Amino acid sequence: MSATEYIVRTKDVVKVFTLGEEKLRALDGVNVDIRRGEYISIMGPSGSGKSTLFNAIGGLDKPDSGSVFINDVDMAQLDAGELAYLRCHTIGYIFQTFNLITVMTALENVTLPTIFAGTPTDDGIARGMELLDIVGLGHRYHHKPSQLSGGQQQRVAIARSLANNPSIILADEPTGNLDSKTGEEIIALLRRLNKEQGVTIITATHDYKMVDVSDRVIWIRDGKVEKIENRADIQLSIGGMAGEAEHLAGAAGVDAVG
Amino acid sequence: MTTEATETGRKPKAEGVGGGIKTQINLPWSKAAQIAMNSLKIRFWRSMITGAGIFLGIAFLCFSGSPILISLFQHKLVPGPDLNRQVWLVVMALLVCTVGIMNSMLMSVSERFREIGTMKCLGALNSLIVRLFLIEALFMGFVSSFGGWVLGFFAVFLVRWITLGWAGGVTSLTPGIIAGSLVLSVLIGGALTLIAALLPAQRAAQMPPAAALRTEV
Ligand SMILES: Nc1ncnc2c1ncn2[C@@H]1O[C@H](COP(=O)(O)OP(=O)(O)OP(=O)(O)O)[C@@H](O)[C@H]1O
Ligand SMILES: [Mg+2]
Repeated sequence: MSATEYIVRTKDVVKVFTLGEEKLRALDGVNVDIRRGEYISIMGPSGSGKSTLFNAIGGLDKPDSGSVFINDVDMAQLDAGELAYLRCHTIGYIFQTFNLITVMTALENVTLPTIFAGTPTDDGIARGMELLDIVGLGHRYHHKPSQLSGGQQQRVAIARSLANNPSIILADEPTGNLDSKTGEEIIALLRRLNKEQGVTIITATHDYKMVDVSDRVIWIRDGKVEKIENRADIQLSIGGMAGEAEHLAGAAGVDAVG
Repeated sequence: MTTEATETGRKPKAEGVGGGIKTQINLPWSKAAQIAMNSLKIRFWRSMITGAGIFLGIAFLCFSGSPILISLFQHKLVPGPDLNRQVWLVVMALLVCTVGIMNSMLMSVSERFREIGTMKCLGALNSLIVRLFLIEALFMGFVSSFGGWVLGFFAVFLVRWITLGWAGGVTSLTPGIIAGSLVLSVLIGGALTLIAALLPAQRAAQMPPAAALRTEV
């Protein structure tokens, strides 16, 4: 194994939430190795720990034990400044709830990470416009999130996640709030970024259409990795997803639509 | 509450492959000021409402405090029931003002916890976030307090003119009294606004982003 083959590795990651007396192991020893340039889907029923894993990999929350390595660097060893650099330059985040800043226009939202990176204003704006064009929203740059549809907001969020050319895009149910057609467009867009720019994509999802484009699917259940499948093993034909979803749910024995 | 590592406390660490690990740059104050002013501008009406809370509080305080201030400048501060009543009024006004300002600032900052979490996900340093709220609060605090002073002092001026007449009532408002009440109003308003903004902003900035993003307002 070369030193840089794996862009993300987690080692025995445990996250425990304490709810009153009860202790809930939302992540219970998760080990995953993700290669540079892979398109990974994390699937599992609701409450299985996908978002918790998303937060741990993205450095948005600290695991209680275990380690997350990004480019072979243990994230727990980073100080706040280095962590901020990582969030700014290495990882782009896409959230199920978009998390756009509501008082800002599409362009201001997309430009924000370039401001934090210290990019000169004009360059940041040029970059923002370029990205909005890529996601097909160049003409809506001056619109606020409230004036955009869910799919359009998510596309703004995708553009924002790409602002500083991250090597990883972490997406938590990027299609969760979208109708199926818009969801397909978003998936196609992510796939294109993955193919054309070599961005590693890691998405938590309920959406079986996502399986179709993934290199590997990580199934998790009750905070544990249940199995990891290569796309070839899943044997999906392109298209005809409606039937496949049932087939998959049966084959995997997972009530993933929760 | 869990907080993240501090920006100053460096821990020893194993260096990653290919040399050192890069750290986030500190934006200059001028850039922070630019972001903060833009932030006030894009939520103009919300800022006005928050500012109104400070404005009214300071106007009330300035008006209620003026009798004591004037006596103080005229060296006529004599103990007695009159003074007691005035002190009592100022204490009440200060209380109302404090609660009013704290309330409006706490509200306006807490409804932005998610925004703070989002900014951290996009690479903002805790210190930048605190700095942004500091600049916003200073600006809000000073401008609104100044406005409050104008209103409060204008009321003092009017009341004295009507009750005491121009000669005794208005002419006795020396530049020292005017300056004194201005400085006091702006200092008290500025300080209260700053404290009320920085406490929650600091707290939110120190949360892991996942926690800040989860907050609902
Ligand atoms: N902040 C929290 N406090 C307490 N418990 C939490 C917290 N966040 C998550 N949990 C619990 O941890 C478990 C895993 O949650 P998580 O959000 O990771 O699930 P998920 O797989 O993302 O689900 P979904 O598909 O519904 O988004 C759940 O049982 C949830 O209730
Ligand atoms: Mg989730």
